[in-house]
Amino acid sequence: MSAISSRSDGLRATRSPRNPRKSLALTLFMVIFLIYSLVPLFWLVVNATKSQRSLFTSFGLWFGSDFSLFSNIHDTLTYDNGIFLRWFANTLLYVVVGAGGATLLATLAGYGLAKFRFRGRGAVFAVVLGAIAVPGTALAVPTFLMFSQLGLTNTPLAIIIPSLASPFGLYLIWAYAEDAVPGELLEAARMDGAGELRTFFTISIRLLAPGIVTVALFTVVATWNNYFLPLIMLSDPSLYPLTVGLNQWNAQATGVSAQPIYNLVITGSLLTIIPIVVGFLILQRYWQSGLSAGSVKQ
Amino acid sequence: MTATSARLARAPQRRSAARMGSLRGFAFVLPFLIVFAIAFLAPIGYALYLSLFREQIIGGNAFVGIGNYLQVLQDGKFWASFLRVVIFMLIQVPIMLGLALVAALAIDSARLHASGFFRIVIFLPYAVPGVVAVLMWGFLYGQNFGLAADINNLLGSRVIQPFSPQWILTSIGNINTWEFLGYNMLIFYSALRVIPVDLYEAAELDGAGAFRTIRSIKVPALRGALVIATIFSIIGSFQLFNEPNILKTLAPNVITTFFTPNMYAYNLSFAAQQYNYSATVAIVMGVITGIIAYVVQLRGNRSETR
Repeated sequence: MSAISSRSDGLRATRSPRNPRKSLALTLFMVIFLIYSLVPLFWLVVNATKSQRSLFTSFGLWFGSDFSLFSNIHDTLTYDNGIFLRWFANTLLYVVVGAGGATLLATLAGYGLAKFRFRGRGAVFAVVLGAIAVPGTALAVPTFLMFSQLGLTNTPLAIIIPSLASPFGLYLIWAYAEDAVPGELLEAARMDGAGELRTFFTISIRLLAPGIVTVALFTVVATWNNYFLPLIMLSDPSLYPLTVGLNQWNAQATGVSAQPIYNLVITGSLLTIIPIVVGFLILQRYWQSGLSAGSVKQ
Repeated sequence: MTATSARLARAPQRRSAARMGSLRGFAFVLPFLIVFAIAFLAPIGYALYLSLFREQIIGGNAFVGIGNYLQVLQDGKFWASFLRVVIFMLIQVPIMLGLALVAALAIDSARLHASGFFRIVIFLPYAVPGVVAVLMWGFLYGQNFGLAADINNLLGSRVIQPFSPQWILTSIGNINTWEFLGYNMLIFYSALRVIPVDLYEAAELDGAGAFRTIRSIKVPALRGALVIATIFSIIGSFQLFNEPNILKTLAPNVITTFFTPNMYAYNLSFAAQQYNYSATVAIVMGVITGIIAYVVQLRGNRSETR
């Protein structure tokens, strides 16, 4: 498969010599998809500007009479002694260490599998590819039971350690490295007497960059969005990531001592998705090319 | 090890080089393997171990062999939850993948205005944390200030009841479709982009129209991507947890503690403290998922070579 041709947008222009006319009908039809994708996000933005009372009295998909976005943000950040900021910092910690570590380990291993022939390589492949099919949530309960035996539950390590292993990331890097890093280049570096690690960090890592960015983005999304694992591992609210914290706020609305803080849940949700959405938009050129390499290779 | 060394001894110079290369390659993989062993293999092993024991009133923790597995196979709650995710999967996955396919074909067709904009916006929901997605849709579904309430007010009736027993699976399916439509669209789109130009030119020379090209060239080229997307979606359906567990606060009477197999395993552990049985349920679900993923892959590959 010529994965390389898929990587550059410039080659695409030659694909369709007739360059068909744009279809207004098709574009209008596809607008349905746009609306479907955007309605909940639009709803979130609109309703983050409403006070708790105005949420109930105004039409959901348009702005209310008041504009409380800034007071909502203020309240979100200061509620319960600023616990939201604490959750934000926790999420950053889990993402930087967990996703960062996972990306590094997957890159090293995927590269090692693609560019070296060694004993047990096939076995590593079989086990890791099999692991992609293992449901993460099916593992969560046994992991919790094991970690509680080891006294690791209710510590940041309980979240970080399981996020470090990304079989899917390894698979993507392997698929990418096969084509992106020419064997002759590595041979030449070896002839010049460069060590393997030095070759990796000076030459290979640059060639692998789009693949690495892709894996980084997907592991960041996975850890940023992680809910089930922290939910079962953590009992101390000061260790929660944003996802678990937000759901706890939402759950406050029901129950015996119900104290609905819907406006904070909505504004907090908006603040939670902004960094990751911005990251995706800025880095889209990288992850789109990296993803195509992974999907071409079976 | 010895057999290989003996064979390699005939070429002493190459032997050390080969071993060095082998060691270096292994060194790159080793850190991953250590973490993988802790995060994947050890929990699986521990769950297998736990599944062979049972906490009994008399005699404490006792070895019961496959007793827990026999119990799962006869457990009405487990099968009810299993059936529910199977029904969910049979309806939600084809709809989601069908929509993703339509979107990918439209964006790839070069007949769309601003196709790059469509691509990124349709993909955007994937970046939204599942919890936030469920919270947002939960509000939209709500009877207090949600869209469902607005529509019902408009119609002057109570037609739309997202949290009623008849609607709840549809409501969850819609959230899942919203979250993963763009992700699958991107997988299909990536596969479409590597179709060689000459194929299109040949089709054009043969006088094939747009739909004929889709049927004869694009869809066959998508088979591999379809197999992968189907496997991931099946796995996703079987491990359904976040959506029902978060919606449970909004629909406590409709979503039971054994609504999906994963919720069942979770509640067995954390509400009932039946760790051994919970581990067994997790293993049974893992095995079923693995088998189905394997069968889909096998069937997909077979039709590819045909």
